Amino acid sequence: MTPASIEIRPSNRPKNVLQKVSIPWIVVFTHMFVILLLPLLALLLRALVLNPAEFWALATTPVALSTYNITFGTAIVAAIVNCLAGTLTAWVLVRYEFPGKRFLDGIVDLPFALPTAVAGVTLATVYNQSGWLGQFFAPFGIQIAFSRVGVAIAMIFVSLPFVVRTVQPVLQEVEPTIEEAAWSLGASQFDTFWKVILPPIIPAILTGTAQAFARAVGEFGSVVLIAANIPFQDLIAPVLVFQRLEGADIPGATVIGLVLLLISLILLLIINLLQAWGRRYDA
Amino acid sequence: MTLNLNAQVPMGETALQPKAQREWAKIGLILLVFAFFTVILIVPVIYVFVGAFSNGLPGFLSTLSSREFLNALKLTLMAVAVAVPLNVIFGLCAALVIARKSFRGRTFLLSVIDLPFSISPVVAGLMLVSLYGRQGLLNPVLQAIDLRIIFSFPGIALATILGGMPFVAREVIPVLEEIGDEEEEAARTLGANGWQTFWRVTLPSIRWALVYGIILTTARAMGEFGSIAIVSSNLIGRTQTLTLYVDSAYRNYNSQGAFATAVVLAGLAALTLVIKQVLEHIYVQSHKIE
Repeated sequence: MTPASIEIRPSNRPKNVLQKVSIPWIVVFTHMFVILLLPLLALLLRALVLNPAEFWALATTPVALSTYNITFGTAIVAAIVNCLAGTLTAWVLVRYEFPGKRFLDGIVDLPFALPTAVAGVTLATVYNQSGWLGQFFAPFGIQIAFSRVGVAIAMIFVSLPFVVRTVQPVLQEVEPTIEEAAWSLGASQFDTFWKVILPPIIPAILTGTAQAFARAVGEFGSVVLIAANIPFQDLIAPVLVFQRLEGADIPGATVIGLVLLLISLILLLIINLLQAWGRRYDA
Repeated sequence: MTLNLNAQVPMGETALQPKAQREWAKIGLILLVFAFFTVILIVPVIYVFVGAFSNGLPGFLSTLSSREFLNALKLTLMAVAVAVPLNVIFGLCAALVIARKSFRGRTFLLSVIDLPFSISPVVAGLMLVSLYGRQGLLNPVLQAIDLRIIFSFPGIALATILGGMPFVAREVIPVLEEIGDEEEEAARTLGANGWQTFWRVTLPSIRWALVYGIILTTARAMGEFGSIAIVSSNLIGRTQTLTLYVDSAYRNYNSQGAFATAVVLAGLAALTLVIKQVLEHIYVQSHKIE
């Protein structure tokens, strides 16, 4: 039985693999090329038409610089909030039993399923001066909708599931018994957390946070609706690209768009490295 | 025996004190999480429903029967009908290639497939405009054959396909890797051809992941907004999808219409989550039996 299968395998494999692979390969490359790579190439080529000095001038206009500043500053805040709240949520979902747990677990993914335009309309209404939540902040002179705070809330909303969903499975694998061993050996709560629980979940936390950050940087739909989109105040880079296109300023849009694209590529690279690091931690 | 008991008492005592603390910490942490979710997620989502019914059921229904809404619905469904099947076929092929073949650049290919996740929807729209727009690279060709892509349905369809590209592959790859290829090999040694092997052996074992991927692709296709806002001319009743309709109704102070449409979209999103939970349940059950 065993020798036979060993004999058959090598002789059969190359032929079958070739047969099987050819169609999927063609489909994958055609689809990827037409839908993704060709448009990507077009964007790059349109940017290359500009000479470097022109490119640099368009990429670093005061308005553009302020949008990078606002986009990144706010996305960092959103990522930090999601890092803390997401880790906490994952912890609560994995370790505790309480009423409403299944409900909580179910709604974590809602921001992914809900269209961003819906999120934007809703957040803008709830957080404006007279909205359900905005009215509690208005007396203190805190304006949420149509300000950077609102932009941050939209970014937190759309990237909420990332940290929870990357940390949850990893945390599930950390045995509570290890933690109890630390307790019984006299470790303080603080020590147990820092030295026993945290190290194995750090790669997952960082991966989730980086994903949340990347999503927040590129977010358009919800932010364009909750922000006033005023330059130097709460105008983010993706909305600037949109405004430039509407104003038929194609080179201006292309340059800012390319800057955003490069940033998302760098973030993608970082996320991949973090994921590789997480897998190494596994083994 | 007595020795053992003596040894256990102090251990129990040291463990007792943190336990009481832990009970309080537990309640505190749970409340904190609920507070966060209430402010960020639950209240806004409840508001979608309240806003939709601010003029009662008749107001809600009048929006849903308006011609603008029905046209937007039709356009969205058309985009879904084009985008989902193409992305499912692509996702399946990509999963087969990536999970079953080891080749140089495998990780690179995986990253490329993931690209639409990390690219801003606005940039995705911009990419399409750079290729097919009036000043785009392919414009001379498009004009020669009199084909319009940007500001019309093909552009909307392309943007929808682009946004939903990675989902099926993302869901199916881990399952394919987990089940291994022994059964496929066995089928092949028994004389099955590639198509038979796929249809009878591979497909049944990945069906839940595939269904889940299809649902996510569909949800994303219906919710696509940023890239469509760029490639569509956004003409009411003509090139407006549901999400564009939400946006323009809201900006034109027709908040009832915006929220009624939002409820439809949110309802579909909730349905996605319910189906997902049910599928996960079925998946866990089917694995338990094995």
